[in-house]
Formats: sequence, structure tokens, C-alpha cells
Amino acid sequence: MRALTWHGKHDVRVDTVPDPEIVNPRDAIIRITSTAICGSDLHLYDGYIPSMKAGDILGHEFMGEVVETGSGSTLRKGQRVVVPFTISCGSCFHCSKHQYSACDNGVPADNQDIAQAAYGQPMAGLFGYSHMTGGYAGGQAEYVRVPFSDVGPIVIPDGVEDDKVLFLSDILPTGWQAAEYAQIEPGDTVAVWGCGPVGLFAVQSAFLMGAERVIAIDHFPHRLELAKRFGAETINFEEAKTYEALLEMTGGIGPDACIDAVGLEAHGFFADNIWDQIKVSTFTGTDRTHSIRQAILACRKGGRVSMPAVYGGFVDKFPLGAFMEKGLTLKTGQTHVQHYLPGLLNAIMEGKIDTTFLISHRMPLEQAAEGYRMFHDKQDEVTKVVLKPGMDLSQVA
Amino acid sequence: MGTGLTDIHRQDAPVTTSKDSGRAAVAAEEMSAPKGDSLIGKTVTINRPRRELYDYWRTLEQLPQFMENVERVEPMGGNRYRWTVKAPAGRTVEWVAAVTEDRPGEVIGWTSEEGADVANSGRVEFRDAPGGRGTWVTATLLYDSPAGIVGKVIAKLFQREPAIQVRRDLRRFKQLMETGEVATGAWTRAQRAEEMN
Repeated sequence: MRALTWHGKHDVRVDTVPDPEIVNPRDAIIRITSTAICGSDLHLYDGYIPSMKAGDILGHEFMGEVVETGSGSTLRKGQRVVVPFTISCGSCFHCSKHQYSACDNGVPADNQDIAQAAYGQPMAGLFGYSHMTGGYAGGQAEYVRVPFSDVGPIVIPDGVEDDKVLFLSDILPTGWQAAEYAQIEPGDTVAVWGCGPVGLFAVQSAFLMGAERVIAIDHFPHRLELAKRFGAETINFEEAKTYEALLEMTGGIGPDACIDAVGLEAHGFFADNIWDQIKVSTFTGTDRTHSIRQAILACRKGGRVSMPAVYGGFVDKFPLGAFMEKGLTLKTGQTHVQHYLPGLLNAIMEGKIDTTFLISHRMPLEQAAEGYRMFHDKQDEVTKVVLKPGMDLSQVA
Repeated sequence: MGTGLTDIHRQDAPVTTSKDSGRAAVAAEEMSAPKGDSLIGKTVTINRPRRELYDYWRTLEQLPQFMENVERVEPMGGNRYRWTVKAPAGRTVEWVAAVTEDRPGEVIGWTSEEGADVANSGRVEFRDAPGGRGTWVTATLLYDSPAGIVGKVIAKLFQREPAIQVRRDLRRFKQLMETGEVATGAWTRAQRAEEMN
């Protein structure tokens, strides 16, 4: 099959590799129909994530058609499914509490050592995201092996097009969980740092959960424009002082809940080079890790801070004193995708949530390397690239 | 006054977590037929009833399903079993071990017989985890490494160091018991076969 493979910094190629097979009883093989490039894939592209090997297949936002099932799979050939980016077993203690991203069994035993050393306990496996998350082949390919296929994938009814449901795989539930973690109450003002896909979905979700106002913060005009379309007020942090603006816009009180959807944009894991990035970005005024500090300072007393943003190892100058004195609540973590899928699929079917606005580019899998380059270089206008393995080159708009 | 070996008995931290270099001797006191001067031990919570876990483990021939280093365990009659275990640099080591302790649903203990390549003894305990969370499985191993400290370093290089193995084997046992399979990142059967070697 053809697949997008990683070979080093800024070096990804579409190669011919072996077709995936059923390896374990609960596996299924999916023929990919749509697969997106995630902001966190750019960290692999930039070479920030350790434990990558040449030839690794990338991609963790994908969907497709079931073409083969193991004896323990509950899927049937021909079903269309969206696959969560987290690989969770469904039977450990954490999965039974719906804390799917904390699954004990998603990562092969040998690969668990790194996360155990870094975090104290290993987390769930991830598709196409280095060997410390399991070394699983990703979905930017014609086919993919899906472990625990009786637990993860959600079956999509016929007639619902891919573009409407693809983002159930990661960024929609991530934005939704971020808003849920903000524990929004009627009348609340919610501030959202970062208008990338997760931030924009958090804006939508916050309104659906009853927020009276949402204030979106970014510096890309196009992204702020998208937030505005959902009814958010906006702050461009290159033009206004964010803390001062937030206080003025809330009568001096501060937002009731603050959502940091900036972070490192990566799905995890510390590394010295990421640590360098943190330092660089912190003190050059690009407002990267600065966002969580700003969120804590701006948040109203007794308010809630939700952090879907991914942070690596350690963060300097965390305002622990402000956090304690103001009695804030912080809730964070990787997304428990499986927990949210049925409800969010319903919301899409009922037209309450639209995700298609995000897609700025659709291209064949064969052009994936070009997709990475574009997404990397032009973050303002390239909001989301979706790769379609079955797409004809002549269909490219 | 430092915390000595005798103090270990006056607190609740397991002896395997003791900072004292003499901890193996303390652990040996609790084993029915201890052998070996290095001690390792690890506990894992498995979301299954303890009798089920005991039954799987007690069928010692099945151990290679999750113990990556163990090639074969063959019953020799009675309580005796022949173990064939992978060693660094493609070698194998063998020994005969007897089951010395066996309480169904609770504990299995074993000890190598005289003349073993690697003198060792161990036990695995199954206890109800608090709060209805399944079973605590605690594996404790006493062993003499083949060539002292040098052997240990070489073993570690080849990832066959017992402490690494016990940790990973227990994770695989948990995966097998909770999910019915052992997790792998391989996406072809050929890759999987290569991993098992």
C-alpha cells in the first residue's frame, strides 16, 4: 500500500510499504477514505518528538471502511467508521471509568518504560505518534490496522459524508472536553486562548453548554474571523494587551472560565528540544506557554482553568501563588475520545455542530508531503488539510 | 540512627522497595526455599478475579505466552518443571525448578534445584485489590546472576535484565488477562514474529 512515512526533520514521503494484517484477535483493518494532518503532526515534522524511526507511518485523525476483522472484533466488513486517535483496551480500571486516554494496556509492554519514567505511569497508545506511544502505524495511508476495534471505532450511518464526521477522531472531542472541563454555568464568560481547530471547537462547545459570552484570543486574523462567525468576541494579542483587555471586557472581574488551547499543540511527551522550544517561545513574546500563565492571572477569583493544550515536561514561572490564592480549579489531560463519540455524533447529525468549515484543503494522499509543507508554512490560511487516498489528482481544486 | 534492616519490619513499605543493600536477606526469610542474592519485586493490579489469574499462572507451560524471555516450561512430573530461558547473545540457560508453595488462588512459589545455570527462587502472590478493583499480583524473585556484576551489565544491554523483564512480563500478563491479547505495534504478522524472537 501507499503511506506517508517519516524520515527525519521536514522529510516525509509517500512510500510503498507492506499492507497491514490482522495481528491480534480484536484487530480490524480499515481502508482509509479521509485522514487529516493534525497540528501535532507538525511537531513530528519539525523533529521535536523523540523515539521516531525512519519509515514510521504518521496520522492519527482518520476514518474509512472496514475491510477485515479479527475473531474478537465487533465490526463488520463494509461498515464506515471513525477511529479515535487514542488506543484504549476498554477493559482496564481506567477504561471502565471512561478515562480512556489513561488506559493501562494500549501501549506494548516494552514501550511503556519511557512514559513510566517521564510521567510516573504510562498512558494510552496513540496512532502514528512515535514509539513511546506504542509505535503504532498511523492512518495517513491506504489501510491501517486498528487494535481493540470492538472498543474504539464508531460506526457512521450511511449518507453522512466524511467531512462532517472525520474530526470525531480527535479535535472535536478535544474541544468539547475542554469546554466540559471549564464547568460552564449560565451567564458565564469564557475566554479561549488559541483559535486553532481545538480552540474553535471549544468556542462552539462553550456556547452549546450555555456560556453567555466567549472571548477568543489569537493573532491570525483568519482564525479570529472564524471564531467571530460562531459568535465569539475576539482579541488579537499582537494589537491589544490580553490581560488588560480581558479585565476591561469583563468589568474588572476576569473571565469565569479560561481555556488554554495553545500549549505546544503536540500530543505530548517531553524532550530536551521541546524544552528548548518552551524557553525560546516563552521569552520572545510569541505567547506560547505564556498562555497558561495569562489564563491563571486573568481568570476570576474562584474560577476554572481548562487546559486541553499539550505541555511537555516542565514549565518555568508557573504562577502557583496566584493559582492558590485565587482558589482556581485546573482540569486537563489527553482526550477520552471514546467517551464523547456517541453524543457528538448525535450533535452532528442534528446539525448542532458543524465541523466542515475548518477544512481549507483537500488533496490526494500522494500529495501528503506537499500538504505538510503548506500546513507548516501558512498557518493563517491553511486551517486544515484533509488527505483522501481515493481521490483522483484531476479532482484537486 | 539510620533506618536499618530490622526497621523494615516496623513500617509498611515492601522490603523490595527498601534502600538497604541487605534487603534480599530479609525477603529470603519469607520464602519457603530461598536461593539467590539479588532481589526484585513488582506489584500490578489486574482487573480480574484472583482465582482466574492464579489458574492461568499455575499452568506453568503457559508462562511463555507473556514471559518474553522464557522459551519453554516443560512439566517433568510431580512438582518439577524444566525451564529454558533466553540469555544474552543468543544463548539459552536451563534449570529444573520445583514448585515449593502452592495455595490455590493465593500463592505459587518455586525454587531451582541444585546445579541450575542460574540459581533462583520466586513466588507470585494473588491478593484481592481494595475497592473491588480486581487483584494485586506481586511477583518476587531472588536470583544469582550468571557472571556477577559483568553478567548483569551485559544482560541489561540486551534488555534481559531480570528487573526489566519482571516489570514487562507483569504488564504483558495484565494485558493478556484484561484484554485477551498482548499489545503490539506490529502491523504485519511477519513483524510480530520478529518481535517475539
